Amino acid sequence: MASKGVCEEKKDADNNEESDVVPDFEPGASLESMLVTTDSFEELEQEMDSSFDERQMKESTTSTISEIQEELNDTTVPEDSSSEQDDKIIENDEVEEIASQLSETSLTSNEDANAAATPVGSLPEEDYWQNPEWKERKKHVFILSAAGKPIYSRYGTEDKLVTIFGVMQALVSFVQTNQDTIRSIHTGNSKFVFLIKGPIILVSVSRTTESVSQLVLQLTYVYNQVVSVLTSSQLNRIYEQRRNYDLRRLLAGAERLIDHLLNFMEREPAFLLGAVKCLPLTPSVRDSITQTIVQTCGKIKNLVFAILLAKSQLITLVRMKKYFIHPADLHLIFNLVNSSESFKASESWTPICLPKFDSSGFLYGHVSYLSDDCQACLLLLTVDRDVFFTLSEAKQKIVEKLRRSNCLEAINESVNRPSYTASQVGVPEMRHFLYKCKSTAQFWSPALEPPYHTTEESQRLLGLYQALHHHLHAASRPLKLLHQQLDKETMLGWVTSGFELYVTFEPLITKHSAINAVNKLLRWIKKEEDRLFILNAPTF
Amino acid sequence: MRTIEAKVVVLGAQGVGKTSMVVRYVGKMFSHHISPTIGASFFTCRLNVEDTRVKLQVWDTAGQERFRSMAPMYYRNANAALIVFDITQYETFDAMKTWVKELQRNVLEPMVLSVVGNKTDLESRRQVTREEALQYAASIGGNYFESSAVNDEGIEDVFLNTAIGLIRLAQDSLCSSLRIYDLSDPMSPVSSVGNESGVGQNHHSLQMTSVEHAEVERPRLCC
Ligand SMILES: Nc1nc2c(ncn2[C@@H]2O[C@H](COP(=O)(O)OP(=O)(O)OP(=O)(O)O)[C@@H](O)[C@H]2O)c(=O)[nH]1
Ligand SMILES: [Mg+2]
Repeated sequence: MASKGVCEEKKDADNNEESDVVPDFEPGASLESMLVTTDSFEELEQEMDSSFDERQMKESTTSTISEIQEELNDTTVPEDSSSEQDDKIIENDEVEEIASQLSETSLTSNEDANAAATPVGSLPEEDYWQNPEWKERKKHVFILSAAGKPIYSRYGTEDKLVTIFGVMQALVSFVQTNQDTIRSIHTGNSKFVFLIKGPIILVSVSRTTESVSQLVLQLTYVYNQVVSVLTSSQLNRIYEQRRNYDLRRLLAGAERLIDHLLNFMEREPAFLLGAVKCLPLTPSVRDSITQTIVQTCGKIKNLVFAILLAKSQLITLVRMKKYFIHPADLHLIFNLVNSSESFKASESWTPICLPKFDSSGFLYGHVSYLSDDCQACLLLLTVDRDVFFTLSEAKQKIVEKLRRSNCLEAINESVNRPSYTASQVGVPEMRHFLYKCKSTAQFWSPALEPPYHTTEESQRLLGLYQALHHHLHAASRPLKLLHQQLDKETMLGWVTSGFELYVTFEPLITKHSAINAVNKLLRWIKKEEDRLFILNAPTF
Repeated sequence: MRTIEAKVVVLGAQGVGKTSMVVRYVGKMFSHHISPTIGASFFTCRLNVEDTRVKLQVWDTAGQERFRSMAPMYYRNANAALIVFDITQYETFDAMKTWVKELQRNVLEPMVLSVVGNKTDLESRRQVTREEALQYAASIGGNYFESSAVNDEGIEDVFLNTAIGLIRLAQDSLCSSLRIYDLSDPMSPVSSVGNESGVGQNHHSLQMTSVEHAEVERPRLCC
């Protein structure tokens, strides 16, 4: 960490130094939330592992979907049963040796002078991993079956990487024979991070500054994306029947979803925060949109969620009573919509599995853009596969009503308006920030301005936030306030029971001015909260 | 004027050009930005054949393997099927045959079957001969068409002939799920038999396509 001076406060330290900080108030907070909220990163990470229905629903034996289908009316309070993670960081000589071999052959071997000119796609296997372009990639992601069959590779063709897949499988099973689970290997500047999920193995080979937990979180998202197109029950069944199954057949066409998701995670802080961003709207407009959906769809049985979004931001979400949606599921929905241009051509009717909601089955989604002149996407998710026409009609009515009440216009206006910038907050030394309200799992961040307007710099900024986040949430020593003076900027992270705040300042700001600035920022967010956040949790 | 409302399902392997064809016909354009279909997309269009107005509800399905098990949801109660392959990929011709078998096994009511070989603009890369495809289509009692969504060739024919076939089917009253509307009130659904959804109408059509006074005696490409 290239920090010149780091000033930390431990979570339980007496807070005498913060007497000048605004007393605990949480802009954007609300008593009810439509999203499943998670407190911290570690919890989120474990959360990602246990299915939503296990945690929130009473019976883990019945799936949420069949529960809705059977219209059970059970209101018992859920018991929390997230399992302890038994993963360990392996420090074993033999493993290290294999790992260093792996990194030798695959990523860091001496460059082959002739390979430079050859296009990646057409190389024979041997030359493939010697190819500088392939090696230069900052983060590789691989998926393979427990039997070692290639399923997915972020770059290059899996067929040409059979040897690498073989080595990775060997590593995993080697550690398993010692009754252990491999979690990560560190060699030189590369991290190898493993995630074993039922019948498949996910591996990330990264030269980024991201922490092991952050990489595990990303792999979990990738796994959830696979589940989202196949369901976990189908996935498990396939491998129970045929250990050697080539999953690529079934995933054909879904690789683009995984590719897109990995790129999406590299630019979006939403994944790191486990939160969702809303499209800024005046509260009366948002309410009127919500009410239109509630009134039009209220009578439709078996409709679980109605989700309206634009530009990866939530406009509104209406849910069936007692059911919530997990931010991780919402991120997958955003990813699906963003990577499927085909939804724009007409109405679609498609199975969608939301892994946190119920990984064992499909919901059915009526997906459509509101109209040619309003590029907001509406998803109506139901457990009933026969209601396409009912939903199609409902959608039509919703659009007519929204048009009459000028809501379509209001949505367009917000979509086209340049987003707030940090300078509009009125704190000159502040360049950028991320604010997450914990009780609603929503976050907000301003537009990226110079110097962070280039792809490179914006990724570097996200990297700084990831590092800051990692320090604040380190399992062994969680912090509540962290002030880092770096070469090019000063970062301040602050975690309270109500919010998480990550701020980027000019490099030379003092801690005292930074805290003053933060107070000013919080007041600004409070003033804007009913435009930037959804403060209620509407149901049908 | 009589109105017939019919359900048409478009099937075929991934990437053969199903969506491009439908969008070309319904939207009168070719888009290079079409991405793989997710689940199935729904389109409606109308065409007039002599004194009959034919409303088509078109289900353009996804060719990706993972959606395969969903197909029955889309072809159930279909009155017509367009089964598409890519003339430059022989395996898509085989895949097309598999779809035909599946339809024959699962759809009991008579339906209008059309086999479509798409991408004729890539003639030099052709792998499936017209003769072989014609012969196959004849063997299953269907029509064979060749088309190019890029050049807008042959697609009108596919839909027009499907419409004609549907009118015949309705006249022979062989098909109970074919919905026929009264001329006096074309928008009101007549008791719809076998319609799974219970809602028999769709006021929205992305674009209306009207083929006024189409020639019934158009030269057939096959049979
Ligand atoms: N040369 C040529 N290309 C075509 C033609 N029709 C479609 N394509 C291209 O083929 C590719 C696939 O087209 P789609 O229409 O998405 O194919 P699809 O059958 O709907 O595919 P799925 O939805 O995945 O099942 C696209 O790149 C189209 O541009 C055609 O007539 N000629
Ligand atoms: Mg398609």
